Amino acid sequence: MADWAGYLGLMLDGALVTAKLTVLGCALALPAAFLAGLGRLSRFSAVRAVSVAYIEFFRGTSIFVQLFWAYFVLPLIGVTLTPLQAGVLALGLNVGAYGAEVVRAAVQSIGREQHEACVALNLTRWQSLRHVLLPQAAVVMVPTFCNNAIELLKATSVVSLISLSDLTFQAQVVRSQTGSTALPFLTVLVIYFAYASLISAGMKALERRMTRGLDGLRT
Amino acid sequence: MTDTIIDIDRVTKRYGSHTVLQDLCFSVRPGEKLALIGPSGSGKTTILRTLMTLETIESGTIRIDGEPLFQMERNGSLVPADEAHLHRMRTKIGMVFQLFNLFPHKCVLDNVTLAPMLTKGVRKADAERRAMELLDLVGLADKARAMPAQLSGGQKQRVAIARALALQPRIMLFDEVTSALDPELVEEVLSVMRMLGSTTDMTMLLVTHEMSFAHDFADRVLFFDRGRIVEEGPPDVLFTNPTHERTQAFLKKIIAAGQRI
Repeated sequence: MADWAGYLGLMLDGALVTAKLTVLGCALALPAAFLAGLGRLSRFSAVRAVSVAYIEFFRGTSIFVQLFWAYFVLPLIGVTLTPLQAGVLALGLNVGAYGAEVVRAAVQSIGREQHEACVALNLTRWQSLRHVLLPQAAVVMVPTFCNNAIELLKATSVVSLISLSDLTFQAQVVRSQTGSTALPFLTVLVIYFAYASLISAGMKALERRMTRGLDGLRT
Repeated sequence: MTDTIIDIDRVTKRYGSHTVLQDLCFSVRPGEKLALIGPSGSGKTTILRTLMTLETIESGTIRIDGEPLFQMERNGSLVPADEAHLHRMRTKIGMVFQLFNLFPHKCVLDNVTLAPMLTKGVRKADAERRAMELLDLVGLADKARAMPAQLSGGQKQRVAIARALALQPRIMLFDEVTSALDPELVEEVLSVMRMLGSTTDMTMLLVTHEMSFAHDFADRVLFFDRGRIVEEGPPDVLFTNPTHERTQAFLKKIIAAGQRI
């Protein structure tokens, strides 16, 4: 039974790596999503072109390929990354591309009357975005961002292919060493579910806080 | 300088193949109160939106205080205006919309202080003080911390008026500002407009279906139909003795619908 404590410890180490990947991946995906999402709405065609290229490339190719590129191909042009860095880069840019469309759609969903109020009040484009449009769009983005974050969490298992010891990788190690399949994978399931629930709860609280006062009831 | 504050000179505007303003010509004197009436689609809202730079025009010139709105001087000739020019011109014009267009995520006070702080660099304390004065003027000082969703339509519209006034425009545009309100809430907005008309020298243009208000309030009434001004004149003359048959037909329909003039 002491063995199990050791194996559990191994899996918890893996759980920690998964958590790190998720948090850092989301930390990269969020600014990427805003840059590309707003970039798609830019006045300048060059900015729009770059944004579209980024979004289409990272949505259109598989995360495995992107991860292998980050880990195996980038060193060929002098950029060497640790497995963790490569994982965060691939995950962040991949989910960021999906997030970009969320940002774009949310900003475009804000009614024309809000834009017109900003023109009538002589706000600059940037002032309108920052003070009027983005705050309202952010509320719309939260539920889908929650989905994107959970997808990122589940996608982290792809790093086991570059031998990064995340939760899935450690579960496979335990399975190969103990011959037991059910217990490690059941543990893995529970931990992923716990992480996903944490993300959902956090997003729900965020959404509640952001919509305070908007329905005229809670202030 | 000039004795007109707004000059519309042969303005034509098209949406695709549909011409919504045809060779429109009229002028507005400083401090004048102008009512624009007419059937829907006649172009009266469009000309207001164009003055607020929410629309562009295909031909003609619009001058505000003698200066072209959509063009600017460069090396002695007129070129299409850049954003800086439009920004400068917009400081003279404010607009109140039919659907209020308040910022739902900001309280009433922040709605009113946002633009002065951002566009004129007013300090927060000064902006809030001035905002409270304006909210007091429209009778909503006690709602300063309320969110727009908690207000009635009439209250929202009065906040919208205060918000536009905060930038001290010389020209105020009112686009059917009571059309979306329940009948019992219309009067509170009209009385604010009456107060503005009698206590300030702002030039006010209103698109309205409130004929009795237009009759009492306006210095001059313009009747629009299909993109042109069919008839114009002082309200006493236009409402009681219209010369054009289209004006007569329109006013007959309005009276039949129950509006007293």
